[in-house]
Amino acid sequence: MAAITLDKVEVAFNGKTVLDRLTTELPPTGVTALIGPNGAGKSVTLRVIDGLVAPNSGSVRISGQRPPRRAFVFQRPVLVRASAAANVELALTPLRITRAERKARARAALDRLGLSARADHPATLLSGGEQQRLALARAWAIEPDLVLLDEPTANLDPAATELAEGLVDEISRRGAKVVLVSHNLGQVVRLADDVVVLSRGRAVEHGPTRAVLTSPRSAEAQAYIKGELPWTFFAAAS
Amino acid sequence: MLDTFNETIFRLATLDRDVVSIAALSLRVSLAAVGVGLLLGVPLGALVAVARFPGRGAVVALLNAFMGLPPVVVGLFVYLLLSRSGPLGAAGLLFTPSAMIVAQTALATPLIAALTRQIVADAEANLGPQLRSLGLSAVRRSAVVIYDVRFSLVTVALAAFGRLVSEIGAVLVVGGNIDGYTRTMTTAISLETQKGDLSLALALGLVLIALVVAINAAALGLRGYAARAYGSA
Amino acid sequence: MDILRRGVLTFGLIAALGFGPQLVLAEPASIIVASTTSTEQSGLFKHILPLFKDKTGIEVKVVALGTGQALDVARRGDADVVLVHDRPAEEKFLAEGFAKARHDVMYNDFVLIGPKDDPAGVKGLDVLEAFRKLAAAEAPFVSRGDRSGTHNAELRLWKNADVDLAAVRGEWYRDVGQGMGPALNTASASNAYLLADRGTWLSSKNRGDLTILVEGDKRLFNQYGVMLVNPEKHPTVKVKEGQAFVDWLISKDGQDAIAAYKIGGEQLFFPNAAN
Repeated sequence: MAAITLDKVEVAFNGKTVLDRLTTELPPTGVTALIGPNGAGKSVTLRVIDGLVAPNSGSVRISGQRPPRRAFVFQRPVLVRASAAANVELALTPLRITRAERKARARAALDRLGLSARADHPATLLSGGEQQRLALARAWAIEPDLVLLDEPTANLDPAATELAEGLVDEISRRGAKVVLVSHNLGQVVRLADDVVVLSRGRAVEHGPTRAVLTSPRSAEAQAYIKGELPWTFFAAAS
Repeated sequence: MLDTFNETIFRLATLDRDVVSIAALSLRVSLAAVGVGLLLGVPLGALVAVARFPGRGAVVALLNAFMGLPPVVVGLFVYLLLSRSGPLGAAGLLFTPSAMIVAQTALATPLIAALTRQIVADAEANLGPQLRSLGLSAVRRSAVVIYDVRFSLVTVALAAFGRLVSEIGAVLVVGGNIDGYTRTMTTAISLETQKGDLSLALALGLVLIALVVAINAAALGLRGYAARAYGSA
Repeated sequence: MDILRRGVLTFGLIAALGFGPQLVLAEPASIIVASTTSTEQSGLFKHILPLFKDKTGIEVKVVALGTGQALDVARRGDADVVLVHDRPAEEKFLAEGFAKARHDVMYNDFVLIGPKDDPAGVKGLDVLEAFRKLAAAEAPFVSRGDRSGTHNAELRLWKNADVDLAAVRGEWYRDVGQGMGPALNTASASNAYLLADRGTWLSSKNRGDLTILVEGDKRLFNQYGVMLVNPEKHPTVKVKEGQAFVDWLISKDGQDAIAAYKIGGEQLFFPNAAN
């Protein structure tokens, strides 16, 4: 549970505007997908929500019963040179739980992502897909209130993608808010409840997934979705 | 010349008392200096890599410059500090192994700090966002980053040790090259060469070369191990 | 926190490995003697110091420098005793109050060394005459150039020979700025003339084609003196141990020990303490 309100958020790097008075409100539950062409500001929006990037102006508010426990899965998994299990356990250290509990939860998370056999393996030596699954396992283990996913299945094969999507679905159903950046519109259809279309640092459209993908109103959204999906897919999907 | 060579081999083969005690002192002094240098230099380098504060650029430039300071200049400063007439004279450290450790620590610390800064800055650029996102405290984040680069830091320690053990300027000035007390491999080699007694100089020279080769081999081996165990060092 | 603790522990262990022995080994009573490269490099100290230690239990640590530097080290309070060989510089040291008393200990002599074929033709000459001839011929000459006793003795000889070194010095006069050993090595490598103390010359194993050309001249007399640094100037001076060393050097035991030091049957230093 975490309602996210972005109000006229502006971010500029070296004088170049990345987010241009971005204003949007994300519902406290469910999966919200951020879509849009490269350079639209999707990843930066995730970072702003996570607090990793401070806006030059505007405000970010996240409401919930307590400060939300966040989990961020980056485009390229970021892992420490230690075992897979140690990487998950490290993510659990800010939680006030015992060492034994940390170990147990890490094992469960690895198990959930089919990585049990790799628990003691150096994380940085895992394959690209395994590393991505490990990053997801880490996010899952935290039992977060807010999950930020930046193209989490970009490195995964279909089977692993299915596993990962099931996980995102589960996290969402446990009550966490999920914000997903993805170029895979099929995935967006499968996972997202609502969609925000970003273009040149602005939110040009926000609505229920199906509505936005099938009948986008703004010119930018139309152009993006046309480019991404052949219309026959729409025919089949709708 | 052949006599010198034979005598050298004899000294090495029989573990000549002079060779052993001089080599042991060199190791002792340089090891201690590397240890203290790590205790000071790693946190300092990590801090400069991660923290943002006014004058940070100047500190970085200074560390990099100090990295290449001639040992004899560092020795001179430490000499003036430790001299009975100097500010730290009361400690009575001049012309003792401790003074040599102090001088070599002064050499090692900027070297270690500067190299650590670079390594930690790279690792922090990679890990930082994820670690901050996980909500880890600054202290724990630093610890994780330092742990992540542990193999590189061991390489740094080896490099620092190699520089210290083969350095003569600082140990000569503050140690005084006292026979059986502050005579290290390098000062002994210099002295014996001056005296024209080449066999002891050569024996120590060979020990020193072997040591430096061993250090480099260790660094190389470590890099290989780290690459095999964790993908990269 | 495990990681942090382990890291600090590792670094600490490395430091302890180095520092450890220092803290554990209780050091015996010891003094620092600032002396000259000639006494150290001739091997005299290696011969006499163990005898002194056996008798008194006091360890003598010798820092070997040029006479000028040795006196400066003592002026800063970094030595307890000085044993040097430059009478005028020693008198100055006394006059400044850095020592209360000076004692003659021993002497040896300087010798003029040069190539066996002696291109400048100075062999057997009076030493001042030899120096004049060297300057006139601009024969390659190696000078210590380090304010040592030997260097100062050399400068006095030029002066007494009425050679204005500043005016005539050129490429032939090589100022190496180092101890007796390196100066000898340089001279040997370049077949040059130089003034050396007999002790270092005798103990040198790298004489090349050099040989003694002038010796025995009374102006080549090289007197060594010993002084305890004045504790009123530097209260950290170890008076008791330092005085014990001075007393021993000028005692019969010490004088006999000095006389007994020989290389190849040749005596290097001649004790002449006044008692």
